[in-house]
Amino acid sequence: MTQYGGTNPKLALSESKGQERIGVYVCHCGTNIAGVVDVQDVAEWAAAQLEHRGVVIGRDYKFMCSSLGQELIEKDIKELELTRVVVAACSPHLHEATFRTACKNAGLNPYLCELVSIREQVSWVHTDKEMATAKAKAMVSGGVERVIRHVPLEPLRVPIHPDTMVVGGGIAGIQSALEIADAGYHVYLVEREPSIGGHMAQFDKTFPTLDCSACILTPKMVQVGTHPNITMLTWSEVEKVDGFVGNFTVTVRKKARKVIENLCTGCGICQEKCPKKVIDDVYEAGLGYRKAVYTPFPQAVPKYPVMDVENCTYFQKGTCKACEKFCPTNAIDFKQQDEILTLQVGNIVLATGYDLFDARRVTNYGYGRLPNVFTSLEFERLSNAAGPTNGNIVLRDGKTTPKAVGIVHCVGSRDRNFNNYCSVICCMQGLKFAHLVHERTGAIVYNFYIDMRTAYKAYDEFYQRVLDEGTLFVRGKVAEITDVPRRPDEDGHLIVQVEDTLAGKQRRIPVDMVILSTGLQPRYDAKETAKRFGLSCSSDGWFIEKHPKLDPISTMTEGIYIAGCVQGPKDIPSSVTQGAAAAARVLGKIQQKEIAIEPVRASVNQDQCSGCRICNTLCPYNAISFDEARAVSLVNAALCQGCGTCVAACPAGAISGTAFSNDQILSQIEGLLLLNVDEPVTA
Amino acid sequence: MSGKPKFAMYWAASCGGCEIAVLNTNEKILDVDANFDVVFWPVAMDAKYKDVEAMEDGSILLTLFNGGIRTDENEHIAKLLRQKSKILVAFGSCANEGCVPGLANFSSIKDMVDTAYSTVSTDNPTGIRPVTAYDMPEGTIRLPALSPILKTLDQVVDVDYYMPGCPPESHQIAAVIDLVIQVLQGKAELPPKGSVIGAGNSTVCDECKRTRNVKTITSFKRIFGQELDPELCLLEQGIPCNGIATRSGCNARCPSAGAQCIGCYGPAEGVVDYGARLISAFASVIDAKEPDEIDHILDGIPDPAGQFYRFNLAGSLLRANKSAWEKEKA
Amino acid sequence: MTDKFEPTIIGFTCNWCSYRAADLAGTARIKYPPNVRLVRLMCSGRLDPTFVFKALSSGADGVIITGCHPGECHYLEQNYKALRRFQLMRRTLVGLGLEPGRVKLVWASAAEGARFASEINIFVEEIRALGPLHWGIPSDLLPVPNEPLEEVPA
Repeated sequence: MTQYGGTNPKLALSESKGQERIGVYVCHCGTNIAGVVDVQDVAEWAAAQLEHRGVVIGRDYKFMCSSLGQELIEKDIKELELTRVVVAACSPHLHEATFRTACKNAGLNPYLCELVSIREQVSWVHTDKEMATAKAKAMVSGGVERVIRHVPLEPLRVPIHPDTMVVGGGIAGIQSALEIADAGYHVYLVEREPSIGGHMAQFDKTFPTLDCSACILTPKMVQVGTHPNITMLTWSEVEKVDGFVGNFTVTVRKKARKVIENLCTGCGICQEKCPKKVIDDVYEAGLGYRKAVYTPFPQAVPKYPVMDVENCTYFQKGTCKACEKFCPTNAIDFKQQDEILTLQVGNIVLATGYDLFDARRVTNYGYGRLPNVFTSLEFERLSNAAGPTNGNIVLRDGKTTPKAVGIVHCVGSRDRNFNNYCSVICCMQGLKFAHLVHERTGAIVYNFYIDMRTAYKAYDEFYQRVLDEGTLFVRGKVAEITDVPRRPDEDGHLIVQVEDTLAGKQRRIPVDMVILSTGLQPRYDAKETAKRFGLSCSSDGWFIEKHPKLDPISTMTEGIYIAGCVQGPKDIPSSVTQGAAAAARVLGKIQQKEIAIEPVRASVNQDQCSGCRICNTLCPYNAISFDEARAVSLVNAALCQGCGTCVAACPAGAISGTAFSNDQILSQIEGLLLLNVDEPVTA
Repeated sequence: MSGKPKFAMYWAASCGGCEIAVLNTNEKILDVDANFDVVFWPVAMDAKYKDVEAMEDGSILLTLFNGGIRTDENEHIAKLLRQKSKILVAFGSCANEGCVPGLANFSSIKDMVDTAYSTVSTDNPTGIRPVTAYDMPEGTIRLPALSPILKTLDQVVDVDYYMPGCPPESHQIAAVIDLVIQVLQGKAELPPKGSVIGAGNSTVCDECKRTRNVKTITSFKRIFGQELDPELCLLEQGIPCNGIATRSGCNARCPSAGAQCIGCYGPAEGVVDYGARLISAFASVIDAKEPDEIDHILDGIPDPAGQFYRFNLAGSLLRANKSAWEKEKA
Repeated sequence: MTDKFEPTIIGFTCNWCSYRAADLAGTARIKYPPNVRLVRLMCSGRLDPTFVFKALSSGADGVIITGCHPGECHYLEQNYKALRRFQLMRRTLVGLGLEPGRVKLVWASAAEGARFASEINIFVEEIRALGPLHWGIPSDLLPVPNEPLEEVPA
């Protein structure tokens, strides 16, 4: 009992003395740790100085995570009858599971193991060897004190709901949904636009094979639309996500289409008869028109149109109703309201994609001011046979074919003023544009690039092909695009001012049309989306994956996966790959039927709870309830996520939390500050 | 001398309220006399330290020790009684956690003496100051020296049981006396060493009759001059009531009488730092997210250290004001 | 070793953001001084002021508390509770004579390894400037019998 004696800093330690038999293992991680920390010294120090705390063995080993390293621990557990294990190695986020498994294999409860991160927190970030070694000792000491207070735990097992939600109906989401549905499990595919298809549906050709984008995409869209295991929720948005892996409750707003889906045949008469023309900023990138009741493109899935209430004459002026009049199946319903759906799913795949960089921000390139400066998406529509010009590559006037075209790479990407990152697809996109312009107009094409990045299969071959076709490449960042001539031959042209870094001189190149190979950026509402799903974004705004190399599919929130550009810029093959990978992960989870989750949970000691109700408002997951009859608060372990906020708040000390108990943390602090050794470690 | 077990009660740095609380058990005090041989109790009977020093070690069965340790005399007697007693009880808030005498830990000795001897309200024309030794023609008179900070009993000696309260409630004292007598008669067993006796395990709210709801605090106010709902939780009305964190056992006396709990029963079972519990709990339920808004609400608690450590400062993790003991060191 | 005062600092991190920021600083080999020893919590909302008092009374010269940026809490909004507790705790500590600069609250997302390192850098220098804390009751403060509080008046 440290009732009031807790005030004596040494007391807590002395009272928990020596029941355990602890093994301390210090990893070299090759030279990653051993290059800075004297690992042997740390292991020997722990064995000698912390012997009175129960440390019976201190070892250092080249790679603790190797099978030999694990066997070392397992052997010691058996032979030395260890009851606790401390591994000083890398971050627990990397290898905690590895060493827990080793403990389990040797018959020790896996939660009686503590990982001390002397790589990420010591050797990789410090240079002074003596001080780094001293810090490593202090951290090991903290780990030893903490592990003494560990208690055996069992992972919590919860059933996994077999349904999955895929958010975002672009190519990544489509792929994910199809893979899961094909495997026999039900998928809700949520898309906020009227149709699935995403950006890919807007493209003309796809690099490097020049497949027609629609030709390869629309069959997949149709498959989604007709798949018995897929419930498509287009014109819908996720409003709220509750719960946790295996047991998410998702609230979806199905926006009113004003069209009754059961009755609509998708005949298109309403669109034909609608008198209101609206500039199509989304699908046609502002180059074409749609109606106020519309499907964004002919191959849209589903085929049902939506009504654009803000532009509909009836909703704005109170008369018209042409669509209703002409609809042969009475499918128009002006009174239709938004529907709120509450769906239960076990896993979620987020494939919410990207926005195009707003080229207006690069004012010196003149987009929005100079009519014949186009964005990449505009060009996609321009070159698309189903687009506003029927695939004719013409200037903004709609008729003139350009004789010289400049394609500017890295617009908004690799630029400290805008985005630091490389948007990945722009080089290949620029090459594709060059090819299409050359093929369709015979114009002279200039590609202005900083570096040409054509990694991946058949990409560089495509580059060679475009070179062979006679496209001119100028290496240099374009300084300005202007319509102010300096020389007679510049009259009536756009002039691209660029430093040709290969030739080592400034050049002014007159062209008729400029295409900006604009970069990708996170969705304008990515941060809100991340928050809604309990994920985090990098400073750029892309969603953060669980591990950048080893787990680029998962997120920090178990049961939520990311696919496609939401994770970072990528091309179609990579998006498809990631979509399929996410599906594989989901299927793996579903087939486990239940899942083990970390037993980090709060609980209330009801004898000690006074019913003061301080904790009642603190839980964002509504895991805390108040039992009026007994006047005590209760924590529902199934809802608790283990943050520990209520534990820290309880004024009576009646709430405790597993794995991060007060005892564990206070003891760790004592250990870190070396109250447990007579001679403090100094560097 | 009878063959009855021996009983002692001592006061160190305290007010004497604990003694009165013992006497307030009324007839129960006769049971003490009937069952014990009172060998040392400076308030109640004459005794000399040398008499205690002459006793055999462990010869006193039960010692109730009240008061904090502020002088070398306090510390000497604490150690002496520890040596002579089988069961040493830290009796009352001072011995447990410092209590009001422990508030002196907010100041250095010099500041404390200055306050006592030379503030405006003090009538001390000759500027007299206390000294620990004074030479008289008959010899040197000595007074106990103040230690730099007040300590709790268990910061000086090993303590068997803790009995909180300022003072402990008489009905709780009576119950403890009953228990000890039953143990003597072989009818009951002593609780495990280190236990808190004569109090509950929960907090004051457990015994408070006021209605409690979920809490969201938009402002803190002093209780004076407020029109308060007599039925509703004081904290919900913005009164910083310490009852949420204070050990039960008093039958929620203060909140029942319309005043907020000020925390004399100390922390609940297992709590390491009493003030930290209140800081965390109060801050958790205030209704603000922006630093400025939060500050605005917190301005309603002008002296948080005093609010949260009125009884517990000497027994808290930090024990004393930093500058106080720094000054002492210099 | 130089004569320079090397402070000992305890840092509290959130499992989801700042602990991962520390991991990222490591992976990216961003250097910062070795004066901070980290404690991992699941959330800054787990931070009990007791932990801070414990650290300060056990030899730490400063305490840095880190969590997800406001609005980005892994547990939705628990970091606001951490913020409120921090403000009340700091007021209390100031009431106990502590320099307010010895406790600090810093937000760092999982992506901000560089920011994490730079905040540690800054804090170590701030504590270095404040000097050692040595909170606690050293043995030389035990009572010395019969030593006059002041000179006997003549």
